[in-house]
Amino acid sequence: MKVVLSGNEAVARGFYEAGGRFASAYPGTPSTEVLEAIAKFDEIIAQWAPNEKVAVEVAAGASLGGARALAVMKHVGLNVAADPLFSLSYMGVNGGFVIMTADDPGMHSSQNEQDNRWYAKAAKLPLLEPSDSQEARDFTIQAFEISESFDTPVLLRTTTRVSHSKSVVLTGERIDVPLKPYRKELTKNVLLPSTGRLRHPVVENRLKKLRAFSTVSGLNWVDWGDRKIGIITNGIAYQYAREVMPGASYLKLGMTYPLPEKLIKEFAEGVETLYVIEELDPFIEEQVRMLGIKVTGKEKVPGIGELNPDIVSAALLDRMLAEDDFQKSELKLPERSPVLCAGCSHRGVFWALKKLRVTVMGDIGCYTLGALPPLNAMDSCLNMGASVGMAEGMVKVNPEKFQKKLVGIIGDSTFIHSGITSLIDMVYNRGITTVIILDNRITAMTGHQENPASGITLQHEQTKPLDLTKLSEAIGIRRVRKIDPYNLKETTAVIREEMQSPEPSVIIADAPCVLYEKLKLGPVYYVDQEKCVACDLCYKIGCPALVPGPNGRKPVIDPLSCIGCDQCAQVCNLDAILPEDLTFDNLARRGRSG
Amino acid sequence: MAITNVIFTGVGGQGVLLASDVLAEIALRHGLDVKKSEVHGMSQRGGSVISQVRFGEKIYAPLVSLNQADFIVAFEKLEAVRYLDYLKPNGVMIANDYEIIPATVEFGDVEYPKEILPVFMKKTNRIILENITKLAEGLGNPKVLNVIMLGILSNYLEIPEPVWRGAIKTRVPDKFLELNLKAFQAGREIRETAPGIVPQP
Ligand SMILES: Cc1ncc(C[n+]2csc(CCOP(=O)(O)OP(=O)(O)O)c2C)c(N)n1
Ligand code: SF4
Ligand code: SF4
Repeated sequence: MKVVLSGNEAVARGFYEAGGRFASAYPGTPSTEVLEAIAKFDEIIAQWAPNEKVAVEVAAGASLGGARALAVMKHVGLNVAADPLFSLSYMGVNGGFVIMTADDPGMHSSQNEQDNRWYAKAAKLPLLEPSDSQEARDFTIQAFEISESFDTPVLLRTTTRVSHSKSVVLTGERIDVPLKPYRKELTKNVLLPSTGRLRHPVVENRLKKLRAFSTVSGLNWVDWGDRKIGIITNGIAYQYAREVMPGASYLKLGMTYPLPEKLIKEFAEGVETLYVIEELDPFIEEQVRMLGIKVTGKEKVPGIGELNPDIVSAALLDRMLAEDDFQKSELKLPERSPVLCAGCSHRGVFWALKKLRVTVMGDIGCYTLGALPPLNAMDSCLNMGASVGMAEGMVKVNPEKFQKKLVGIIGDSTFIHSGITSLIDMVYNRGITTVIILDNRITAMTGHQENPASGITLQHEQTKPLDLTKLSEAIGIRRVRKIDPYNLKETTAVIREEMQSPEPSVIIADAPCVLYEKLKLGPVYYVDQEKCVACDLCYKIGCPALVPGPNGRKPVIDPLSCIGCDQCAQVCNLDAILPEDLTFDNLARRGRSG
Repeated sequence: MAITNVIFTGVGGQGVLLASDVLAEIALRHGLDVKKSEVHGMSQRGGSVISQVRFGEKIYAPLVSLNQADFIVAFEKLEAVRYLDYLKPNGVMIANDYEIIPATVEFGDVEYPKEILPVFMKKTNRIILENITKLAEGLGNPKVLNVIMLGILSNYLEIPEPVWRGAIKTRVPDKFLELNLKAFQAGREIRETAPGIVPQP
């Protein structure tokens, strides 16, 4: 059947057709939809892992147990899973094993734009790179065949434009792949110095065979056109190049490690000028140069950011990039960056932190938006889980300055992903720092995936929820306090108190994600235009429902987006912001005088 | 058949992605090759959203080049201007005359652009600029904005009406079908705002 699928849906489809039985992932843009699409197939066991390392390990177990298994993550997720990745290369597989990494050139939703193809080279693994949804399906199926024939995990790399673009896919039927029998094999599956030494030559030998296979695999092919220009290209860059130079000769690479050396040499000999067009690093280019072939690449094609047809055409045709015609120079447009939703539970905590003028070691999630104006209440954001450790380290080296003036802040999903071990470190090494866990019981940033704190699985079934209070206590934190982040007074007071305490403490801001739960917390609020003196104070909590109205800077509240959370009302010193329905007991509930 | 390039744009939550999905489905049903590209990211948090659809006999790049969009279908005015560079000279601009003020306007120094029509007219005189949100609300549900926009677009493409209606059917729940088909029809009845106005030099 012909259907329109995104690259991610096509990988899921390919996995299904390949007889896949087990898939595990940790969400991360642009990879998240793969597992969500797989979850719809009853034949496959699909589950969210608490982090990427666990996803790879659980899938490795499934593979050793004889099943075709898949682990999925975004590019930085593979850093987290790098430890099992490198050794799995030595162990090999039983059932086929594919690890998908979705890179994010252009950093549409990431903190860096690392090129994960280097992992294939470093871990000595075959690497496949689809350039559209049809290939995403086809390559996934082929990846499992390669994995089983060569006894190796296979890396499948997409980029945002492949994962999130949709194109036509011809689908097929699922094949039944029975579980492979399990055999106990000490020299292969128990990696020790003695067995590892036996496995390394096997890996090198496998790489040799894969190199030969790369030429004949059908994944890499030549399309002779005009011989004046030959283009070696891969992934989405192929589509851009083809768009702007339909008549050139192409060596299209679907398997980019190990490279088809023979094919590359033949192709290079057949053309006058040779280009490598690839996004990000000169991964192919460097290897082509190593073969002693002269080639034009990164001196023309930018290695920073995403490519697009305009950039590729500028590189190939030696044109200047088309200047935006007229408007950007003439008209300055306000940006429309994402903001915390109206009524988001994270907002109150950042308001309090700003008020207390605290140094905040931040982390990754929706709450990272608390770093932006008007809240501006975050000092660092490095990688998932880093907040806790960085907070500890910063206080350790300068307790006079930071001990009572610094917190670490982290979301529930991020804490479970990799904050827990740092909290153990803090207790073990007698650190004294306050950690705030923003527990909205969901992985909101990536589109609301369930996690252990939700107590709900990928398939929306009930499971045992992780108790963050008990966990913190078990780690050795004696001061664990829950707060209602909508109560600004309490939130501010508790944070102040805990920062003063002579031992480490955990504050759990306990409130669900309002967007996910589609919550209305109270009646819609309005601004009494008579009482309001346009002091701008309420704007400083940055609720998008609060916008400038007809009376100059005096705000009005958009009744369609306000969810009645009461936070703006608590900020207003003149009680000019009021619930439309005064019978609602918000005022009492928030402990305000009224 | 030549390649048709359509850019849909708007603000997270307005139904931009669904509209582009429906168009991609329509192109497939019409027997064409089609590619569509969008960036999800944080679109749910009120960010600017763009989705590009290209269809024709054979499509390579899923991205539209500068000055190559035959149509821009903008669900919000500011977003229409933001992607104007992509419109072909004298391409068709279909814009919802509706403002969603971005948060940056409140504490930044950049203002929401006031006069939009003259800006459009520097590039084209084929413009539809109407408050479609109001029209959608009038039909009973602001959510049908996206289907009205598709209705407007359908006037310009040589794809038979039943194909459009068929694709919409697969995308909306039964109980909303009638409303959506009505919205589609309402879109089909909308004509260019300023026919024949020649751009000022
Ligand atoms: C190693 C790694 N994996 C995945 C991601 C993608 N990602 C960014 S934030 C986030 C989790 C956010 O959830 P949570 O901490 O609960 O905060 P919320 O968004 O709910 O406020 C994820 C999965 C990432 N940036 N890095
Ligand atoms: S999605 Fe949820 S957690 Fe994220 S900003 Fe919106 S309300 Fe807050
Ligand atoms: S009550 Fe105030 S802060 Fe809360 S959602 Fe409404 S406008 Fe925003």
